[in-house]
Amino acid sequence: MDTVDLVPLVEALIFAADGPLKPERIAEALEIDQAAIIAAIDNLQLDYAEQPRGFFLQEVAGGYQLRTRPEYADYLRRLGRSRPFRFSRPALETLSIIAYRQPVTRSEVEYLRGVDSGSVLKTLLEKHLVRILGKKDVPGKPMIYGTTREFLELFGLSDLAALPTLREFSELAPEVEAGATTSESLPLLVDDGVVNESSADQDE
Amino acid sequence: MDNYAVQLENFEGPLDLLLHLIKKNEMDINDIPMAEITAQYLGFLDAMKTLNLDLAGEFLLMAATLIYVKSKLLLPKMIEEELDEEEEDPRAELVRRLLEYQKYKEVSQILESRPQLNRDIFARQAPEPEVLEDVEGEFVAVGLFDLLDALKDVLTQNPEAQVHEVNLEQLSVTDRINSILSLLHGRESLAFVELFPDGIRRSEVIVTFLALLELVKLRMVRFMQNSRFGAIWLFPSVGVEDSDDLKLGDDSLGYS
Repeated sequence: MDTVDLVPLVEALIFAADGPLKPERIAEALEIDQAAIIAAIDNLQLDYAEQPRGFFLQEVAGGYQLRTRPEYADYLRRLGRSRPFRFSRPALETLSIIAYRQPVTRSEVEYLRGVDSGSVLKTLLEKHLVRILGKKDVPGKPMIYGTTREFLELFGLSDLAALPTLREFSELAPEVEAGATTSESLPLLVDDGVVNESSADQDE
Repeated sequence: MDNYAVQLENFEGPLDLLLHLIKKNEMDINDIPMAEITAQYLGFLDAMKTLNLDLAGEFLLMAATLIYVKSKLLLPKMIEEELDEEEEDPRAELVRRLLEYQKYKEVSQILESRPQLNRDIFARQAPEPEVLEDVEGEFVAVGLFDLLDALKDVLTQNPEAQVHEVNLEQLSVTDRINSILSLLHGRESLAFVELFPDGIRRSEVIVTFLALLELVKLRMVRFMQNSRFGAIWLFPSVGVEDSDDLKLGDDSLGYS
């Protein structure tokens, strides 16, 4: 194995995988120390970042996947490969609350949102973005919900700790114009320092 | 009050509406003028009623809460009570909920703005690999949603032909159960897709699926898959080897 350059080999494996590939899996398959794999992945990531490529290596759901650069989205959509899916506001709110508060019950979600969330929750379950984690040990044994690996893959998150930082408010935020797109105005607050205890259960 | 009408649709719920009203009137969240906010909120509800919109119960509940908080503020405080440890402002819980809601509302907008897979970012789509021999991972039980997804796949692959035929050979669920059992006989497992060969008629798909559900109900087979969205496999339950002499009457299943 020493004679083979690890970087292109790892690249080949990631290219051929049918989903985000975990460094553990690669290490296992190649029988090589995981640290070496991670170093090779770092190398690759750097390569893709520096070269004018159509895709890059993204860390998602604990693994790595080659994905097209977001700036080419318009052109890729022309290929008609996907029906662009837009979340409704209730769905996004519900999904956000579940992502940050998991494990969470439906009534907790509804208290936070102030509205019935049953049908939204059902849709999220059907789309495999949310799953039932079990039942809460309180009277009535309500179901508790959490997000799935697909959720991380959809939003390109390496794990739950990579969720944008929740801003604590003691005041009201300025009103966002209804209908205005938020993509430009809102910065991506990715804070790797945030430790989320529940992220450990996310993996499999 | 006219301009309410246009905006009604935009509010996800009472908290959203309250947040909007407070911001629009530049009220201090930590010192909400209850009389005013309640009046405005009720005004909104009136507008909704005039428009014959179905008023969700949550909006009414919030109206009641607002009126309750307002009346509590109006009550003169007992002197002794004042001497007690500071009683919490009746508005405190409402404020907490509003700020909490605002937090998630904001972060949901941030989430929406992230590049999304299959909307802004695309990955190669590998065809679903046929089950490999050395698959890792344990087999896990298949859930109802996965089973329905599998049915949908089969139905999409075999769209209803536009040709009209007569004298279709009718296949009963019972017959199908028996044929599945004989297929399974002496085998360890059977792939879900194996039961739906290319060109299968839609009616046959349905009959086969019903037969499968019956078999599960009768605890004669189990569905397992070894990864999320993985291929679904059919396993005979233990002790059904000698099921050949299973006598199933058509009536016993309730299908004709």
